[in-house]
Amino acid sequence: MYLPDFEYYAPATVNEACELLAKLGPGAKVLAGGTDILSKMKQDQLSLDAVVSIKNFNQLTEIVENDKGDVIIGARVTHNSLIDSPVLQKKYPSICHTAHQMANNQVRNTGTIGGNIVNAVPSADLPPILIALGAQVKLVGTGGERILPLEDFFTGPNESVIKQDEILTEFIIEKQSLTGSNYLKFALRRSGALAVAGVAVAVAMDGNTCTKARIVMGAVAPTPARAKGAEQFLAGKEVTDELLEEVGNRAAAESKPISDIRGSAEYRRDLVGVLTRRALKKAISEGHV
Amino acid sequence: MQMTAEQSGTKYHLVTITVNGDPYTRAVKANTLLVNLLRDDLDLTGTKKGCELGDCGSCTVHLDGKPVNSCLVLALEADGREITTIEGVSQGSELDTIQKSFLENTAVQCGYCTPGMIMSAKALLERNPNPTELEVREAIAGNLCRCTGYVNIVKAILAAAEKQNKEQ
Repeated sequence: MYLPDFEYYAPATVNEACELLAKLGPGAKVLAGGTDILSKMKQDQLSLDAVVSIKNFNQLTEIVENDKGDVIIGARVTHNSLIDSPVLQKKYPSICHTAHQMANNQVRNTGTIGGNIVNAVPSADLPPILIALGAQVKLVGTGGERILPLEDFFTGPNESVIKQDEILTEFIIEKQSLTGSNYLKFALRRSGALAVAGVAVAVAMDGNTCTKARIVMGAVAPTPARAKGAEQFLAGKEVTDELLEEVGNRAAAESKPISDIRGSAEYRRDLVGVLTRRALKKAISEGHV
Repeated sequence: MQMTAEQSGTKYHLVTITVNGDPYTRAVKANTLLVNLLRDDLDLTGTKKGCELGDCGSCTVHLDGKPVNSCLVLALEADGREITTIEGVSQGSELDTIQKSFLENTAVQCGYCTPGMIMSAKALLERNPNPTELEVREAIAGNLCRCTGYVNIVKAILAAAEKQNKEQ
């Protein structure tokens, strides 16, 4: 299986890359890890005239915590580097756990967090947990940069608000008062399988009362979606098993799954209920983010 | 990386990589995959091609010490980096502990997945000299064996870990 011909550019700076992308037009795309776009190109699912490699931007491979307590994750960080990051292990281990559930070891050494987001695949694993944690994305283009909530990034399957001349450079997770978070995924195999459904949650607990909750569903709508009705129902209430059951039912009702080879819509909706309940229970009882 | 002359309309780029300790410079097209550079240009055919989509792990090599699927890496993306292939695992004619262990535990049937399996196993033991069975299974989750010989492969990797730890 050979790749079709295309032009290759490896600019030295982000600005140069943006200008190249603008000049080359829609036939050009950013190449990060390549695990997604190269396999798509091999299968004739994607045709490109040029790729703009971001391999020279080493500053985008870092994960840092600034003095305000915000965590900044570079877009070129690989999934295995998310798992190994001491900053994330301390502040947001739920991101490490999520990355650990993705693909296989070889792909995790190559694929990047930026690629997992920009490809905008509805079943991607990182979007739900990052949205649950309130992550923002920085997009740099020829006209400057903009920062927006990741929640507003996706517009449909394989579609997002990113413009032709823009590069996603980093994720920002602002300091916040959460007491727990996690992502649970149901897939047909333990490894190398896409989510049939996935649910990420983030909660703030005050004693046994949930003061804040975010519930984000993956693979059950055209984009990762928050179950806002379920979140509101949970917020401010004393947590009981019956309550979590009801929150799960409400999240399931808010999901808009399709039937495909991995599962029927009905099955997916059921999964959302179960995963939501389990993810909340885990986030509440574990007592760490 | 520098551009070399265009030949009959096709652009070639220079790529310099270190493979198993030896430096190589080759002119490649933009769409040349690392696995094809290794196999076709450098004649290192121990690295296999299977699914070519990142699922089967036959093409696993170490890129700067980490196992990756060489079928999903452009040769140009490997420019300036260090690669270890299955040919670089043994010390001359002396097989690596993991290779010996695969033989001793009958972890090889048709042998097609073996180079990739060994590269994944080697990366695991370099990172984690005392893996549990679950950690071994996880480390080779990206390597498919269609002879269904996983039981002996797992046994071989665990035995190699034990042997390496005794030798040290």
